[in-house]
Amino acid sequence: VSRAKPEDDEYWNSSKFKAFTFDDDDDEFSRLKESKRAVNSILVDDDDDEEEEDGVERVSWSGEPVGSISWSVKETASSIRSGSEQSFPKIDTTPSLSKQGSGYSLSSLFKGDLYDLSPEETVRRMQKGRAFSLEKFRSLQDKLLLLDEAVAVYDGNLITAVLIYLKKSLSKEILFRELMARDVALRHYVHYLKEMGEQKLLVDVHILLMQYKEHLNIKDEGQRRDFLKSCLGLPFSQDDATHVQDHYTLLERQIIIEASDKKADAEIFKKFPRKASILNMPIITTLYYSCFYHYGESEGTYSSPENIRKTFRISEKQYILTALGARAKLKSWFDVDSLFNTKNWLGYTKKRSPIGFHRVVDILQKNSAPVNVLQEYVNLIDSPELKLSVALKYKCHDIVINTYRDLKDRQELVVYREKLERDSPEYRKIQELLNNVQIRWKN
Amino acid sequence: MAHTEWKDAPGLPDFSLLKRLARDQLIFLLEQLPGKKDLFIDADLMSPLDRIANVTILKQHEVDKLYKVELKPIVSSSDQLCFLIRPRIQTVKWISDVTTDEWNFYILPLDDDILSLELPEFFRDNFLEGDQRWVTTAGSALRLLQSVYGSFSKVYGIGRCAKMVYESWRELMEDGEQRTRQPEFAKVFLVDRDVDFVTPLCSQVVYEGLVDDLFRIKCGSVEFGPDVTSSDKSIKVMLNSQDKVFSEIRNEHFSNVFGFLSQKAKNLQTAYDKRRGMDIQQMKAFVADELKGLKQEHRLLSLHIGASESMMKKKTKQDFQELLKTEHSLLEGFEIRECITYIEEHINRQVSMIDSLRLLCLLSITENGLLSKDYRSLKAQYLQSYGIEHLLTFANLRQLGLLEEQQAGETLTVMESKVGKLVNDKTVGKLTDAFSSLAKKSNFRALSKRLALVPKSGEEYDLRVPRDMAYVFSGAYIPLSCKLIEQVLERDGWTGMEEVTRMLNGQEFAVTGGSSSSEARSKTDAQRIVLVMFLGGCTFSEISALRFLGKERGCRFIVVTTAITNSSRLLEALLDNSA
Repeated sequence: VSRAKPEDDEYWNSSKFKAFTFDDDDDEFSRLKESKRAVNSILVDDDDDEEEEDGVERVSWSGEPVGSISWSVKETASSIRSGSEQSFPKIDTTPSLSKQGSGYSLSSLFKGDLYDLSPEETVRRMQKGRAFSLEKFRSLQDKLLLLDEAVAVYDGNLITAVLIYLKKSLSKEILFRELMARDVALRHYVHYLKEMGEQKLLVDVHILLMQYKEHLNIKDEGQRRDFLKSCLGLPFSQDDATHVQDHYTLLERQIIIEASDKKADAEIFKKFPRKASILNMPIITTLYYSCFYHYGESEGTYSSPENIRKTFRISEKQYILTALGARAKLKSWFDVDSLFNTKNWLGYTKKRSPIGFHRVVDILQKNSAPVNVLQEYVNLIDSPELKLSVALKYKCHDIVINTYRDLKDRQELVVYREKLERDSPEYRKIQELLNNVQIRWKN
Repeated sequence: MAHTEWKDAPGLPDFSLLKRLARDQLIFLLEQLPGKKDLFIDADLMSPLDRIANVTILKQHEVDKLYKVELKPIVSSSDQLCFLIRPRIQTVKWISDVTTDEWNFYILPLDDDILSLELPEFFRDNFLEGDQRWVTTAGSALRLLQSVYGSFSKVYGIGRCAKMVYESWRELMEDGEQRTRQPEFAKVFLVDRDVDFVTPLCSQVVYEGLVDDLFRIKCGSVEFGPDVTSSDKSIKVMLNSQDKVFSEIRNEHFSNVFGFLSQKAKNLQTAYDKRRGMDIQQMKAFVADELKGLKQEHRLLSLHIGASESMMKKKTKQDFQELLKTEHSLLEGFEIRECITYIEEHINRQVSMIDSLRLLCLLSITENGLLSKDYRSLKAQYLQSYGIEHLLTFANLRQLGLLEEQQAGETLTVMESKVGKLVNDKTVGKLTDAFSSLAKKSNFRALSKRLALVPKSGEEYDLRVPRDMAYVFSGAYIPLSCKLIEQVLERDGWTGMEEVTRMLNGQEFAVTGGSSSSEARSKTDAQRIVLVMFLGGCTFSEISALRFLGKERGCRFIVVTTAITNSSRLLEALLDNSA
């Protein structure tokens, strides 16, 4: 869509956006809060009856409605745990004659039977749940006819049933060759094999990933690492090969870090005990962990942020974002500061950030940074409108006041003053400004 | 206000009949096993079963204990074991040597106008795995509806699966008896989920959609935690037209909900205040007639206010405004670079695994794939943030066409060429084809322009008095699926939409059935009821949009879906990052 780019303001003011403008002093939201208070304060002084009305069910301690199926299942399960175990009773497997016509048994799929039917008729019988026999389809041609007929009626379960029979009665090569010509049947077969865990029978790009996926079934991290190593030889695409390599390297390093940190007695581990192991965590989580517990370590160690950054080719933006989060959590404002310092060509230190400073402020605020720290970064926001809105959001009074002063907006100052505590330094500051005759207010 | 009831609305068929049929058949089957028995139920069938036959009824038919099907050894004291399962291979393998029978549970009515097949796996099985095992199930559902509610006279549809379901249904009909009775709905529209992937990927902003996105509605009911109930207990509530408060706000854009709830609270206060200054007689009458209703309304109101507050808190915390802005930009095709930057940061901050993926897919579909450098970079960052095991998820998304690179033609990978040396090239090609989707180009922009899905920006869109279906997405986008339905109904077919169907990769059809000719003219109620069947899932936003459309056109839509879905469920079905 090519069009003149409207001001961002237009969007922010449009109805699409306004629908979700929920500031604290928004009328609608405060009305809602009021409604809630009103509703809850309606005293029902007459009558007792705590009986449940329609639609609101009584729940048990587990959160399930009493009397529901899921509640019953849970009750049974918990009573079993406390009860004694009983052995699995033998099930009567002989099909009872009286059940003729009301159902079919799975085993009858493979028993020889007397009917002599064409593929179409057989498939119809299968659909209707009547007894049938597949054994009679002995020749390859017959078997293929049977398969084609099953496909023609679009019955997935039927197709699978026929495929099971074919798998048993045909050689792998022949079956596969024939499936090549039958898209629908082939897809079914693939899916069936996957569900049966026999995907090795397939030769396909997909199998690489299924193979790789096996690592999820290995619980022991050492074995998993070794398994991933074995995947390195697989002919993945270039990009995917890199990812698998990273995966192996990551787990290898995590195992080393985990072993060392588990018994670590550095101050930081005591102050902020680890909540979980680092094994199998994503790269960024590992980086965060490293920035938290191993900040400043030399690049030579596997646990250092620098090492992780280099090994996994982490972008500057990603790195700063992660480090910021970790150091802010620890309230290391000095470290945070250093993240943004660069020297310009004249040798002066300047603050620079690959992520907008408003984002930095967000993260700092989430970590309860003191107002003076917040203000420092709010001041670094380029766009005046954004700076003002962030300052308002986080109550950085000085910045708000200075901005209005610079804009020579008397009215806004007056309005803002009312939000402040009387006799607070900010309040007095506004007073002073308002009383300053030298300022040429615009309103 | 978008009311669900309007003057002259055609009456809806009674779908509770379906529940009774299913229940009666289940009871019949249980009675085939006289005496005490234990019942093992598939986890997915537990909620639907609860709606159809509760524990009391089961106990009445000598069901002793209830267990959940878990693929491990069974411990039971009963001689007879009964298993209620879906025919999935893993489950069937686990249960060996049994006699089987079929319970014709196809459809669960979730509300007056929503019917669900409760088959969430339909989407993945059919569209990702290419496994058509559920096609006959869907066909059977149609046959059931037809046999209970009368023949349809017109069937429209679009999508490969829609065609198959139609064929399957037709075959089933040929075998069965034809019942001639006055039909309760005349038209059916079948649509594949993959005809419109954009809509389920968008954040929902109508009330019911928001509740589903944030709290997960399951089988028509939802669990509200302590943050909503303002107590230490959770509560499970049914959400349907029986809840008078809910039924008035469910289709509303969220911005209208507060106003409505506030007003209702005021009215409630007034009604309660009437008590003061009543004499004994009046009091007695009040208590007898009005009080119960007021108390119920109080409870419901409290609940929904609590839910709204909770939703608000969560959304502001998540910077919902910025998120919506990005979505709207993507839908419009505007400032795409900024959108990509936003998505990149979303991934970098590890905000949410599913949401990051959702945004990537939305970007890909609206832009006909990502530029190669963007695809590789964003994929790498995603794997770094959320785990490399997501390699498989990316493969799945690529296969479905949800997240792909802009590239002409597939080049053989190294692997394929290696295999090619062992087997002949034709086979290798076949193998690739078999596993790649009948991958279609997305064409969203062209479609959007042709069908005017994105209203011109700059014009004010009044959400209080919506002028079209775009209100379900704050005026930014008309759901493609619903637009198609609107157009086809208007034209009584696909004439004039050749360009559109071509962009959707064809597979459209329109069929006129047997008994129609005379009824086609008459303006009976049946002519004004349209059944829409979503194969692969349907969102509450689409349901709300169709309700709006129905009011506009003077008809009612009945939505049949293989399952209710939303962006989370859709993507979770495609995740492959766990064992």
